[in-house]
Amino acid sequence: MTVEFDPSPRFAGYAHPERLVSGEWLEAHLGTPGLAIVESDEDVLLYETGHIPGAVKIDWHTDLNDPVTRDYVDGEAFARLLGSKGITRETTVVLYGDKSNWWAAYALWVFTLFGHEDVRLLDGGRDKWIAEGRPITTEPSSPAPVDYPVVERDDSRVRAFRDDVLGALGRTPLIDVRSPEEYTGVRTTAPAYPEEGALRAGHIPTARNVPWGRAAAEDGTFKPVEDLEAIYRSEAGLSEGQGVIAYCRIGERSSHTWFVLTHLLGFPDVRNYDGSWTEWGSAVRVPIAQGADPGDAPAS
Amino acid sequence: MTEASAVPDPLAAIRDEFLALSEHERLELLLEFANELPELPERFRDHPDLLERVAECQSPVYIFVEVEAGRVRMHATAPREAPTTRGFASILVQGLSGLAVDEVLAVPADYPQTIGLTRAVSPLRIRGMTGMLARVKRQVRERGAA
Repeated sequence: MTVEFDPSPRFAGYAHPERLVSGEWLEAHLGTPGLAIVESDEDVLLYETGHIPGAVKIDWHTDLNDPVTRDYVDGEAFARLLGSKGITRETTVVLYGDKSNWWAAYALWVFTLFGHEDVRLLDGGRDKWIAEGRPITTEPSSPAPVDYPVVERDDSRVRAFRDDVLGALGRTPLIDVRSPEEYTGVRTTAPAYPEEGALRAGHIPTARNVPWGRAAAEDGTFKPVEDLEAIYRSEAGLSEGQGVIAYCRIGERSSHTWFVLTHLLGFPDVRNYDGSWTEWGSAVRVPIAQGADPGDAPAS
Repeated sequence: MTEASAVPDPLAAIRDEFLALSEHERLELLLEFANELPELPERFRDHPDLLERVAECQSPVYIFVEVEAGRVRMHATAPREAPTTRGFASILVQGLSGLAVDEVLAVPADYPQTIGLTRAVSPLRIRGMTGMLARVKRQVRERGAA
């Protein structure tokens, strides 16, 4: 009972055009049975200031992260969360959010860990929806609770852990999607304000720096497929045969890149290292490179 | 209890107001604070150079602190799209403005962790408020000494 795909020619060139919907499509489909709209923002209060009619809120931190262990919630908590939002296993879920869909892409990636099949992004996210003058409401959505099955997370396909990355050095390409300043290891904050979150600066050796935002156009939509091909294939040298691991600071910006590589370019084996720099930059004795050069894998 | 006594009355009142609420209601109160953040005074609007960016916050928030006759006044601006950050700034503007220099400097650095928002908002986001408070105190130190 999947809701029909957005046939917009704008998406036709992407490997999986069914993973995107446009504002026009979503506005025309508001209230469609079997369709849930989920807002996921960096700012935990933004949804409350106004959201797409009928949309529910899922917060990346307070809803999707385990409150104690640094990990995502388990199958039971995920089932409870989605059931409370009126989402069944068969529901078509359209995610959107602020910051060109960083957090929406992050939530979509977590949904993927649980194997929720039909997840899509609203191209351009919250800002474009509002800029186009589409309807916004502060009225809370109260969907009737439904049953969502308890499905355990599968961390083996699209998620990478620190040891996976260590084992990948020199074998699997790494993409660091942070800003050039973070990549090179320049500290941009004043000395009186130590950076929180990581003890060391720089990047994982061999990682190429492709800031996540390069995949987004001015209006927050994804760039056309030719531009994405030029960035990720020609420039960064990625190709289908070898897999790729993306990382950033906590895995949110790299979820955006994961979405681009997986669903728009169709790479078959893309993993997101959600431990990212907050783990790597504080781990003891892992190799780190500084400066603009990717650096070499340590001799093994 | 020496530490608790360093929290000035207005900030203590705000803290108690939050702690009396359920976690969900605390978010609503934070949104009220966000809506109450006053506009920047005219004289700052044309002088963005006077404002200090709070780098600990992911959203663009800028602060400026004035000290006049030993009393502190704090100004802040943050976009409407960043209500949590606006809420943090608004708490500090309401809780610190009008206090004496020494009172502001005595505010415990961990005040943001004591107002019952850590779980509802997440520790990561609370860091933004901690950074804001540290910058306010530094500006007060600089201007209070001048």
